[in-house]
Amino acid sequence: MSAVAARSETAIAPAPQRRRLSDRVRAERRLAVLLVGPAAIVMVAVTAYPVIDTIVLSLQRADLRFPGASKWVGLSNYGAVLKSSVWWQDVLHTMIISVIAVSFQFVLGMLLALAMHRTLVARGLLRSIALIPYGIVAVVSAYSWNYAWSLTSGWIPKVLGLTSDPLSHQFGTYAAIIVTEIWKNTPFMALLLLAGLALVPDELHEAARVDGATTWQRFRRITLPLMMPAILVALLFRTLDEVRIFDVIYIFNQGANGTESISMLNYSTLLDRLNLGLGSAVSVLLFVLVAIIAFLFIKGFGAGAGPSGKRA
Amino acid sequence: MSQRARQLTGWSSAFVLIVVLSLVPVVWIVMLSLKTPATATDGAFIPHQWTLSNYSDIFKQGIFTSALRNSIGIGLISTALAVLLAAMAAYAIARLDFPGKQAILAVALAVVMFPQISLVGPLYNLWRQIGLYDTWPGLIVPYMTFALPLSIYTLSAFFREIPWELEQAAQVDGATPFQAFRKVIAPLAMPGIVTTFIIVFIICWNDFIFAISLTSTTKAETVPAAIAQFPGASQFTQPIGDIAAAAVVVTVPVMVLVLLFQRRIVAGLTAGAVKG
Repeated sequence: MSAVAARSETAIAPAPQRRRLSDRVRAERRLAVLLVGPAAIVMVAVTAYPVIDTIVLSLQRADLRFPGASKWVGLSNYGAVLKSSVWWQDVLHTMIISVIAVSFQFVLGMLLALAMHRTLVARGLLRSIALIPYGIVAVVSAYSWNYAWSLTSGWIPKVLGLTSDPLSHQFGTYAAIIVTEIWKNTPFMALLLLAGLALVPDELHEAARVDGATTWQRFRRITLPLMMPAILVALLFRTLDEVRIFDVIYIFNQGANGTESISMLNYSTLLDRLNLGLGSAVSVLLFVLVAIIAFLFIKGFGAGAGPSGKRA
Repeated sequence: MSQRARQLTGWSSAFVLIVVLSLVPVVWIVMLSLKTPATATDGAFIPHQWTLSNYSDIFKQGIFTSALRNSIGIGLISTALAVLLAAMAAYAIARLDFPGKQAILAVALAVVMFPQISLVGPLYNLWRQIGLYDTWPGLIVPYMTFALPLSIYTLSAFFREIPWELEQAAQVDGATPFQAFRKVIAPLAMPGIVTTFIIVFIICWNDFIFAISLTSTTKAETVPAAIAQFPGASQFTQPIGDIAAAAVVVTVPVMVLVLLFQRRIVAGLTAGAVKG
């Protein structure tokens, strides 16, 4: 409040001379540091210590069950992780889930965004109801779908006429987990795409319609290119989120039936087996994987660049 | 059929389809919560025997009522702190010219992308050493941190839209700086702040990964963590009715927020995504 007042005083004060101007600039910078400082310090402090600690631990033999036996082991934890088939299997599981889930979320999210944008029927109500899966607690959505798919308690096996429990084999478990992810996250994808849709000027569509373009042509040639920045941001956000998938798998079966994700492996190594050295190496590798994906999106496709070409 | 009538029919069918797809899992968990223990595993969508006993059950269990208290308290405090810090930062980003503006946005983006599971191990260790394990602050700190980037992006998008000249205009008309802030700027900034508060609260309310890793007892366990640890009749059976009832209770506040503030949530999330 006082900060706002201070700012408006400096803004009102006439600044005809060069000297006064640099004072003003300096005051503005000082105020900015005071305002941004707390948020920046919290973000850096809370993430920096664990990151450094993780890197240090990943270079040690550190096992909470044998606290006396810690010692430096160089990169051998990384070697152990990268040589184990479990790691590569979990990378594969994570990629399968991410690619399928994000693809469906994109197609369905685009349809939902178009409906939210263009519908003539109950637009407000439609948007409210479509948002519900986004608001639902992830754990609740996981339980609801888990019980729905289970042969003993669920309605899905009945509807599909299944006689064996879909959650007892790999294909069924994947289907259930991926459907849960699609249901929960399509609305968020749709919201991010809706933001892009709102930027497409109606006049362009009108002009193209007058020129005889079909609906599909207009979508393909006008809407898609113009909303490309929003699409890339949406795909980036959702992909990073799916690569870190944890909640749903934990609730479903903690990674049984060959569905263990990287985050699940990370969790069980750290908190069940209490092997901090190996677990930290997994953490670092997961972080590197996420960074590579983000880098590919941002540098490769220009995600994060706005329509003006300015980085977000 | 006229073109308009055809369009209306098409959009009505789309409406029905979207409503059904969005609501079936929600209705299903409600139905499950209303089944008696004997019929909980009969697989029927609509209960054969209706009961409210699951609800009275969970409210009799200390584990659920304390979890509800923890969820509300931790969620509100984390959200308030995140929105306060983010509002200060967003004001500077939207209105002031200073070096490092891009750097702060880059840090925020990096925090968003960070795999939270990578923080869980070190935080678990550190919290145990300094006594924050299984306490409210032990969850508030990570929640606040991970809520900050989104809050900063959303709020700076909102703050950029505020016509700040009005503040000076009010002062020219004789208002003190504080009056100008309270009567002119605060009302304009409020919708953005409320929106951000709601979005951030939903995120904190929904968290699972920190809650199961950094808490262990009713002292700080939030509802998502408590649900996953409800004691079953035996080690291998889950108390389906109790879990479903708890799931419904924890879903109701979010549903109310979403239905009441749909317009704002949409505006907030899309503003942060596009203009951030």
